[in-house]
Amino acid sequence: MSEPLIYEISRAGRRAVSLPACDVPEAPFPADAVRADLPLPEVSEIDVVRHYTRLSQLNHSIDTGFYPLGSCTMKYNPKVNEVAARLPGFASLHPLQDALSAQGAMALIHSLQELLAEIAGFSAVTLQPAAGAHGELTGVLIMRKYLYDRGETQRDIILVPDSAHGTNPATTSMSGLKVMVVPSDARGNVNLEILRSLTAKHGPHLIGLMLTNPNTLGLFDENVEEVVRLVHEAGGLVYGDGANFNAILGIAKPGLLGFDVMHYNLHKTFSTPHGGGGPGSGAVGVAAFLADYLPGPIVVRDEDDEYAWQMPAKSIGRVKAFWGNFAVLVRAYTYIRMHGAEGLRQVSENAVLNANYLQARLRDVYPIPHSDRTCMHEFVAQGKLEGAPGINTMDIAKRLMDFDFHPPTVYFPLIVAEALMVEPTETESKETLDAFADTLIRIAEEARTDPELLKTAPHHAPVKRLDEVKAAKDMVLCYGPGCGG
Amino acid sequence: MSYKFDPQAKYAKSHEWVRMEGDVAVIGVSDYAQHLLSDVVYVELPEVGDTLTQGESLGTVESVKAAEDAYAPISGEVLEVNAALEDNPEWVNEDPYGKAWLVKAAPSDLGQLADLMDIATYEKYVAEEEEKGGH
Repeated sequence: MSEPLIYEISRAGRRAVSLPACDVPEAPFPADAVRADLPLPEVSEIDVVRHYTRLSQLNHSIDTGFYPLGSCTMKYNPKVNEVAARLPGFASLHPLQDALSAQGAMALIHSLQELLAEIAGFSAVTLQPAAGAHGELTGVLIMRKYLYDRGETQRDIILVPDSAHGTNPATTSMSGLKVMVVPSDARGNVNLEILRSLTAKHGPHLIGLMLTNPNTLGLFDENVEEVVRLVHEAGGLVYGDGANFNAILGIAKPGLLGFDVMHYNLHKTFSTPHGGGGPGSGAVGVAAFLADYLPGPIVVRDEDDEYAWQMPAKSIGRVKAFWGNFAVLVRAYTYIRMHGAEGLRQVSENAVLNANYLQARLRDVYPIPHSDRTCMHEFVAQGKLEGAPGINTMDIAKRLMDFDFHPPTVYFPLIVAEALMVEPTETESKETLDAFADTLIRIAEEARTDPELLKTAPHHAPVKRLDEVKAAKDMVLCYGPGCGG
Repeated sequence: MSYKFDPQAKYAKSHEWVRMEGDVAVIGVSDYAQHLLSDVVYVELPEVGDTLTQGESLGTVESVKAAEDAYAPISGEVLEVNAALEDNPEWVNEDPYGKAWLVKAAPSDLGQLADLMDIATYEKYVAEEEEKGGH
């Protein structure tokens, strides 16, 4: 890479800041708190500014290029969100401030709770969880506590379709519960026959089922109501992974489809910088009978129109310090209010339209297992090309970087070999989609005529092909004089 | 694509193999499984004395592409784990039926071997899976 490490720029004695003369009496640190040696880089201010500015320019970002990373919803984040989050009334709040002096911020939280409940058809919402997987954990703990409170403490299994996000089985394990995988059928839906046999066999032991819908194949489950019915019939609850909510805003309400709990990825669906760009928010919505179990505190409005913090009666407890990732909430609120109901529906319509346009342009060039169906906000192609036996998905992904495109998600979902998971999002123009499709078509041609070009890609990126095995096995997590060894 | 098979072993649909050596069941993952996974970088094994339940996870095999559970092809008690494999996960790619055995177990129900595929059936199963293009 062209940019040296900060320790390589370091020169003994160089410093960025000259402190003014001390105007209070100096006191020594306790001797046992003083280190003999503190190997920090010694650099001037301009060295620091240039180093980190150059590093930032080596990054791919949504503000500089197309970012079709499947399931991650790397949509453009409107700058007005940033203006709102930086308003001094929000930005200068202290988390321990008295509620009476933070009524504006609490009004925003209260309003966002209600907006999210309305958008997804739920009765109550918590904004505490800090990210999607945190929301999942919160949701499953709510389901578990509700069932255990009813005395059904033998329940310890969660069904997870093989088209779910990988966080779903992880959440189940984190909750001390057992995962049972439900395979997909030939159309990419949950296999109803197998689901029936599982609910028949394990019904009394089911906590429930976690459904990612649309699923990781980018498909809306055609039998979702029957899936929900079967799980309810067995006494279990249905969890909705709302990470793909971007596809159905204003079109389908999971709460009305029978889902009992769902998390929203506010940072994805409701646009705040994420993926190394900032913290997330995994708000959780629940049906009325679970409202008392939400983690808190949540914001309620009393009869005097005053906002107050309240812990729900049977709450699973706190899941995060203070009040959630508040600045993310401000951005999500801004996004929702800027779009309005009709605008949010258009977001999903365009997200789905863009994905189907790309799928239609690519399906004769790349295998797409379910391209006979209309996809939702994303689709899964395969990096297996006829006439190019040595080329795989990784080669194609690396070659895309030469054209300044962020590669799609690769090798996920696991149920599709050589998966290339493409999510264009609604914020891209037809010209951008065409440029991306043209490039993938060109790469497919190169795979046949000049496979070496793909095998050795990327050629124009800041770093060339990395040794992923070495990176995973021989991790060097600390570099420089401070690491010892 | 052609894969290696061990004629002495029996196979589960989830691509683990078990080979009886006297009274001891030796368990690992198949050559087809390691091909799907690509370069293996990490292996997590159970502990000696743990109980294996047929069809339930006994450990994890992680590659640069994915982390997959390995499922117990039969039930039993873990007698020995391949500790050297944890330092040499690439053995799963190099020698899946030999050096890369995962655990040795005392089977609790030898009748479960009948639930598994012999080499001919498994070869056919792998060919079908390959045709489907999935895992």
